[in-house]
Formats: sequence, C-alpha cells, structure tokens
Amino acid sequence: MVFGRIFSGIKRGLAKTAGVFGGVFDLLRGKGKVDQAFLDELEKQLYLADVGTQATATIVDRVRQAFRDKEISGEVLEFVKAQLRELLTGPSDGIVYAPSGPTVVMIAGVNGSGKTTSIAKLANRLQREGKKVLVAACDTFRAAAVEQLTVWATRIGCEIVKQGQNADPAAVAHDACEKAKARQFDVLIVDTAGRLHTQTNLMRELEKIHRIVAKQIPGAPHEVLLVLDASTGQNALTQAEQFGKSVKCSGIILSKLDGTAKGGAVFGIKQKLGLPVKYVGVGEQIDDLEPFDPDGFVQALFEKA
Amino acid sequence: MFEGITRSLSEAFKKLRGRGRLTAENIREGLREVRRAFLEADVNFNVVTDFISRVEAKAVGQDVLARVDPSDQIIKIVFEELVGLMGPVDHKIPQRADRPVVLMLCGLQGSGKTTTAAKLALTLKGRGRKPLLAAADLQRPGAVEQLQTLGEQIAVPVYSENTTPVDVCRNAVAQAKRTLCDTVILDTAGRLQIDQELMDELKRIDKLVRPDECYLVVDAMIGQEAANVAKAFNDALELNACILTKLDGDARGGAAMSIKGVTGVPVKFVGMGEKVDKLEDFVPERMAGRIMGQGDLMGIVGKIADIQKEISAEEMERQQKALQEGKFTLDDFRKQFETIAKMGMKDMISRMPGMSDMIPEGEDPEEALKRVQGMIDAMTKKERADPDIIDQSRRRRIATGSGVEPHEVRQFLGQFDQVRMLMKQMSQMSLWQRLKMVTGLGKMGAFMPGGMDNLKLKGDTGHRKSAKERAEERKKKNKKKKR
Ligand SMILES: Nc1nc2c(ncn2[C@@H]2O[C@H](COP(=O)(O)OP(=O)(O)OP(=O)(O)O)[C@@H](O)[C@H]2O)c(=O)[nH]1
Ligand SMILES: [Mg+2]
Repeated sequence: MVFGRIFSGIKRGLAKTAGVFGGVFDLLRGKGKVDQAFLDELEKQLYLADVGTQATATIVDRVRQAFRDKEISGEVLEFVKAQLRELLTGPSDGIVYAPSGPTVVMIAGVNGSGKTTSIAKLANRLQREGKKVLVAACDTFRAAAVEQLTVWATRIGCEIVKQGQNADPAAVAHDACEKAKARQFDVLIVDTAGRLHTQTNLMRELEKIHRIVAKQIPGAPHEVLLVLDASTGQNALTQAEQFGKSVKCSGIILSKLDGTAKGGAVFGIKQKLGLPVKYVGVGEQIDDLEPFDPDGFVQALFEKA
Repeated sequence: MFEGITRSLSEAFKKLRGRGRLTAENIREGLREVRRAFLEADVNFNVVTDFISRVEAKAVGQDVLARVDPSDQIIKIVFEELVGLMGPVDHKIPQRADRPVVLMLCGLQGSGKTTTAAKLALTLKGRGRKPLLAAADLQRPGAVEQLQTLGEQIAVPVYSENTTPVDVCRNAVAQAKRTLCDTVILDTAGRLQIDQELMDELKRIDKLVRPDECYLVVDAMIGQEAANVAKAFNDALELNACILTKLDGDARGGAAMSIKGVTGVPVKFVGMGEKVDKLEDFVPERMAGRIMGQGDLMGIVGKIADIQKEISAEEMERQQKALQEGKFTLDDFRKQFETIAKMGMKDMISRMPGMSDMIPEGEDPEEALKRVQGMIDAMTKKERADPDIIDQSRRRRIATGSGVEPHEVRQFLGQFDQVRMLMKQMSQMSLWQRLKMVTGLGKMGAFMPGGMDNLKLKGDTGHRKSAKERAEERKKKNKKKKR
C-alpha cells in the first residue's frame, strides 16, 4: 500500500498482494558501475511507472551525463529522485479561492476517471476546513449520475443543485451559480459528465458550462480540475492537452493512487503542459483525498510494492 | 499523436529502405522505432521486450528476399506476429439448454463494467437470447440505479436486492431459471486487484455461482498497469476473455497486447461508445493496425461506406471511374476532405493512407486541412483537373493566393501524387486486398505476401516520372523501334 504509507495513511488497511513485475525502483540492488545495463534498468522502471517516452528519455540522459562509469551509490538514487522531483511543481497550494464571493471549482475528465467520487471527497475536505460547500449535478447524461452525487451529498451533509436526467447541464450550472451567490456559499463544485476528449460536440458542451459559469460569477471557474485515473497510460497527455485547450484546466486530481499504478503520466503532463497535480485520490471513501505532495510521490516510486 | 507514430515508423523504415540487405544492425535500428511505438501505445514494457526479440529472431533467420524492400519484410513480420499474438478470437458466447448460462464481469473501478453489462445484454438479445442483468455492485452509490435505468432502456430485466453481492448473484440465477432467461450477466463492483478482501469476494461468487465465463473489463486508456491487473484477476478467477472499453477515443489500446502477452487471455469484444449500443467483435488485424499506428483502416473502410452514402450515386460512379483511369483530381480530393470534415472525422484523416504525411508534426490536423484546402482553392479549374500542368510560376501564384510558401505547394502536390497513385492501385484491388493493405501498412502499401509487386499495375513504375526519366524512356522506345 504505497501511498497509504506515504500519505497520512488514513485508509483502512488493505492486505495487498505484490504486483507481477513489482514495478518499483530498486536501483541500489545492482552493484558496480553506472553502465548501459544500469541505464536500461532505470529506463525500464520509468516506463513501467508510465512516465512515458519523453520524460523517461530526459531523466535517463541526465543520469548518463552525470554518472556514466561512476560507482552505483546512494548519490545516484538521490540524483534520480531529484530529477523526477524537478519535473514536478512545488507542493500543492490546494484550491485558490476567489477574493470575494463564491469560488467555483469545475471538475472534468474522461468517463469513469473518478470525478464524482473526487467531488465528494473534495467537498468533504473543504467543509472540514470550515467552508460552506455546494455541489452541482451537471452530469445529466449518464444513467443515475445525479443519484450518485445525491447519495454523496447526503452522506457528507452538503447541499446539491440538480435537475432531472437529460436536463441541460449548463442550465443546472446556471442555477447552481445563482444559488451559490444568493445563499453565500464559499465554494461551488460542478460535476460534469465523463467524456472522451475526442468527442467534439461533448467538449463543446463542456465549454458551454464553463461559459455560463463565467458569466454568472466574475472570475469563475476559479479552478478547473481534470480528474485523471492513475492507471492511465500515455493517453493521459492527450487528455490533459485537449481538456486544457477546451476549458483551461488549472490542475489535476490524480485518482486511484491506492492501487499499484504509479501515475507516472503526470511527469510528462507537467513537462509538456505545465499542468500541476493538486490532489491525489487514495481510496473510495470520503477521507481518501490528499493534497499532492511531490516529495512523497517521488519517494513512492521507489517504494517496494 | 496518431500521426506521430505513423511518421516515426515510416521514418524508421525509410532509413532501412534502399539498403537492400537485412543485417542484424539495420533491423535493430528499425526495431527500436517499433519498440518506441509500442511503448507509446502503452504496451507493457516486458511484453514489448519479448515481442521485439521474437521479431528480431524471425527477421534475422529469414532469407533476404531479393526483390522485396527489407523494411516491408520487417513490417510484415511485426504485423503478422502481432496478429498472431492477439488472436485467434472466438466471439461465441456459450449457451446451454438445461440452465441459464452465467457471465461474470469484473475489473477495476471506472473501467466501464456497468455500461458493458448492458451492451452485452443487448448483444445477446440481438442474437435471439433472453438475458437477465444482476446488479451486484453494491459498493458505488447509484450503481444499482444505473443498471436499472440501462435495463429499462434496452428492455432487459434487472435483478437487484439490498443484501450482499454473493446473494445477489446467487438469487439472480434462481430468478433467471424461474423467468426462463437463458443468460445471467453479473455486474460486479469495481475493485483494485490488490484489494485482498474484495478479490476474495469475487472468488466466493466464482465458487458459489460458478459462472460459465468470466470477462475482465479494461479501459483502453490503461497504461503499464494492464499487465498487473490482468495477471491478478486471471490468477483469482481464470478469465475467459477480456472486453476493451472506450476504444472510440484515441487511446492506442496497447493493453490488448499486454493482457494477451502476459496471461494468454484474449480480447473478445470492444466497446466503441457511451451509448448502449452493441459490443463490437474484437478484430486482431484491426487492433494491430491501431497499435502500430497504421490506423484502424478496416474500421475506416466502414466509415467511408457511410460517407459514400452521403455522396450521390452518380458522383460516386464518376469518382470511381476517375480513380480507375488514374484521373483522381484535386477537386475530387477536396470534396473528399470536405465530406470527411463534415462528418466530424478529423481524427480519421490522420489515419488515412498518405494523409498523415500531409500534416506536419505538431500541427493540428484541422489547421493543416485548412491550409491544403486553401491551396486547392487558389488553383484554377484547369490546374485542379490536371495538377501536372502546375509549374514553378503557377506554384508561386498558388502560394501567394493561399498564404503559404511555394515549396509547400510543391510538397503538397508531390504528396497528392502519391495519394493518387495509391487510389489508383486501390481501385483495382479486391476489397480484401484493400483492407489488408490499409490495415497493415497505410501508405507504405507493400504489406502483402509477395511485396509491392502485387500492387503494381502493368506498365506503371509507381512514381511520377521526372522529365529526365521520360526522356530516357523515349530514347529506349526509339531504340526498340529502330531494331
Ligand atoms: N480505489 C479507488 N477508487 C476510486 C478512487 N476514486 C474513484 N474511485 C472509484 O472509481 C469508480 C468511478 O468513479 P466515479 O466517481 O463514478 O467516476 P466518474 O468520473 O464520475 O465517472 P462518470 O461520471 O461515469 O464518467 C467508482 O467505483 C469510484 O468508487 C480512488 O481514489 N481509489
Ligand atoms: Mg460521475
């Protein structure tokens, strides 16, 4: 349970079996010199963590240049970690709030990435910080999506704005903004239907929600968070790129990090698009959301499964 | 992304081209590109390593065919090996006369099990069967309601009770017997393969309900993790097959290769959309093309059929005739682009043979298309009908008219020439040949047994002749006559 240990470990303990390939960095296992075999192994471990071609090449290159033919030592490991760390941002600032009036957080992502659950966790977290939170059920497309969010809202005791299935999501967003303003909510979190970034019409629908929100509340949405499943491979880059283009994402929620997936795609995303991770999801319960801690994240890549 | 891979593969094989001989070294260079393409397609690292060494062993052991381009030889091996690895696939779903058949769906959270359950039910209904859906996901809020709603939509009964997943499954089978349903589909909750408690629950269902088949539902966008997931689920449940979902996006779906490579479990069906539509059969050739970045051309042929319906019958006939005569004009070309764009298939363009080369790396295909359209629009009617007349001064005029550089016009015309060649060749092939060609190799064209030669038409050297070459030929002809 890699992340449970690294992060504050609130998660109930799961007895976990080891992954097939382990997929962990065990660079110090090898003795001797930093040679091609060592670099190949490093490359393999990075690939297995979904770090991807470009970021992997960058790191392997830097290690080659700095350590070629030197002894394998703790220093090499620290260097690799530092390189990985450098590709990420500083620690997450969490949500950046509006100077006045409600702060709108819009959530987007592909189908099944963990949007609705992340909203529940985020709403719960912000409420605990003393914020008055409203959620908007703008996924009017998927069967029972509204019910799903309603169940969560009831569980965490926050208010919800919703209409029926197949209602116009932009209209729901509009109502939610009105309510957030009128009733002085601190934060409005907008759930949206899952969509593939290749579906132009659905991306346009997302843009419309974005527009409506911006019209209702100046400066909104203050955050647009892309929910990315940690097990996603290189398609994550395209997702980040396309959603970014469409609704100007401000950060990522990396979900399902409680599994063995390492979520290495975020390195490539940061490298290419500069989009930072803000939160990580580490389970299915309301407490399973943590602010992103890049040091812990890099450290976790080196933990044994 | 798609275009990038096509390009890198073509690039790698271009390097190989013309060397005339397969050496261990020049194979390795090309194979490195193949390897990179596979890794970018999210094929598991270890599976890629195995695969590449198999291909290498095959290639090196093979006689160098004198008349075949070595790059084609390698692509052919890669493609065949890939198809061999992912196939064969049996699309049948078992049926029994004496009792309902039970199908269990399992997988990670968010992989698409519930939607797939409904799609599977619809597929079965289409085959004249009577399915029952069992709502065994009691974990995720709203999961039962979701399945009920979908069941209503497709008029398939849904069994649910607020007890335990094991009881739901058991009682669903009993219900199926009572109501004379012949297939029960168990929609189980998503779980991590390392969650021992929940994996044990699946094993309990497996032991008590004894599903006839167990399918792993996997998101096509999954990365390296696919291998771990498949291995663990297979160890726990002995999977019969896998269903790859969300393939309507642009994920390259390397998971199909990882899963089969690691567990031997084949992909059986693929999900191609969010709507409750039937599942599609998994076709290894199609997937191989997709993973290799040569595009899902078989799928595209289907889409082209749809487009063709849009174009009037006469227009089609005219175009077909023009094709056969090699008179595919820039006007036709532009029309095709327009139709494609109209149908919102910009991603398709990048998968069409020859087209991807027209889109410079990093450029938005839509932008590139606009540029190409601009160039065509800046041409005169005569030029469009007969691009061969476009000389330097005409190129300059067209370039000014469309805001591009003259060399870009030249480049485009060169590419168009290739497309025209290809079109001409394709028009003379059987549909099967076309599919094969198009799935396997895009514009490289020479993927058929026997190599490029099969494709060539009599008396055609397959490229536009330069003035010098033409003069050369005239000389030869004259000589012949004299003798
Ligand atoms: N293990 C684990 N599961 C998660 C996490 N976040 C979400 N999930 C699960 O992933 C599944 C999908 O989550 P949803 O929140 O419904 O995803 P979504 O993006 O809203 O899905 P759609 O609205 O259908 O596109 C659910 O079963 C969640 O419980 C996480 O951090 N860890
Ligand atoms: Mg949702």
